Amino acid sequence: MPSFHNAMPVEGFLGGLMIGIAAAIMLLGLGRIAGVSGLAARATGLAESGAPRSVAIAFIVGLPLGALVVSLLTGGVATTFPSSPVPLIVGGLLVGFGTRLGSGCTSGHGVCGMSRLSPRSIMATAVFMVSGFATVAALRAGGLL
Amino acid sequence: MNRVVVALIAGSLFGAGLAFSGMADPQRVQSFLDLFGEWDPTLAFVMGGAMIPMAIAWVIQRRLEKPFADAHFSLPGTTGLDGKLALGSVLFGMGWGISGLCPGPALADLAIAPAKAAIVVLAMFAGMAAHRLSTR
Repeated sequence: MPSFHNAMPVEGFLGGLMIGIAAAIMLLGLGRIAGVSGLAARATGLAESGAPRSVAIAFIVGLPLGALVVSLLTGGVATTFPSSPVPLIVGGLLVGFGTRLGSGCTSGHGVCGMSRLSPRSIMATAVFMVSGFATVAALRAGGLL
Repeated sequence: MNRVVVALIAGSLFGAGLAFSGMADPQRVQSFLDLFGEWDPTLAFVMGGAMIPMAIAWVIQRRLEKPFADAHFSLPGTTGLDGKLALGSVLFGMGWGISGLCPGPALADLAIAPAKAAIVVLAMFAGMAAHRLSTR
């Protein structure tokens, strides 16, 4: 039995509840999906339709704001980024293009759509999960991880 | 309540949840996707936790005429599987695996690791812009 000694199940679950409540506020308060990729595109004027621009900007600005509050209250949030900028640039380009083409990401399809039992979102989530698993497996096989 | 205030509260709580849950750490997310390495199941607990309030919210939504702070619901359709949905999700999954970042954590990390996060956020917006150009 593996130990998963790095796992944070309690923090993960509690943080997940916060994310779910945030998405519920968007749904029940504003009648909208808390889809980060769509709102980010809308906030920057890269999407022609969607939430009002001011709503999108407020949500997107809130993301780093909330993270900053947690960081200050907990004495810092640990992150380990790839040391080379290459995976950040290549990954970012694919994430940006892919989420627009696929109409959503982990939040919109994963959290909001799956809990709605939306067939589109269930398919999208299954596809990007399998694609993510396969990509990391390929990186590992290629000695890039 | 003002729509912008509601969105700011929701975005802040969302960002706080990402930071608290460990999802702001690209290495932890990549470790979840790394089935043949030192697998980290944390992301599954995050998704599980997030599903609970949202599943309840959808039940409530069906009983509402309109949302509390806006005139009507503006929700996307749920049916119609197509190639764009599939191809876009394949590409997104590749980028997610390569960087360990999806849009929410990338933006939240602007407050935690600004130099690194700025690179991935700029690249992400460039990718979105490329998609927009491709649809014209």
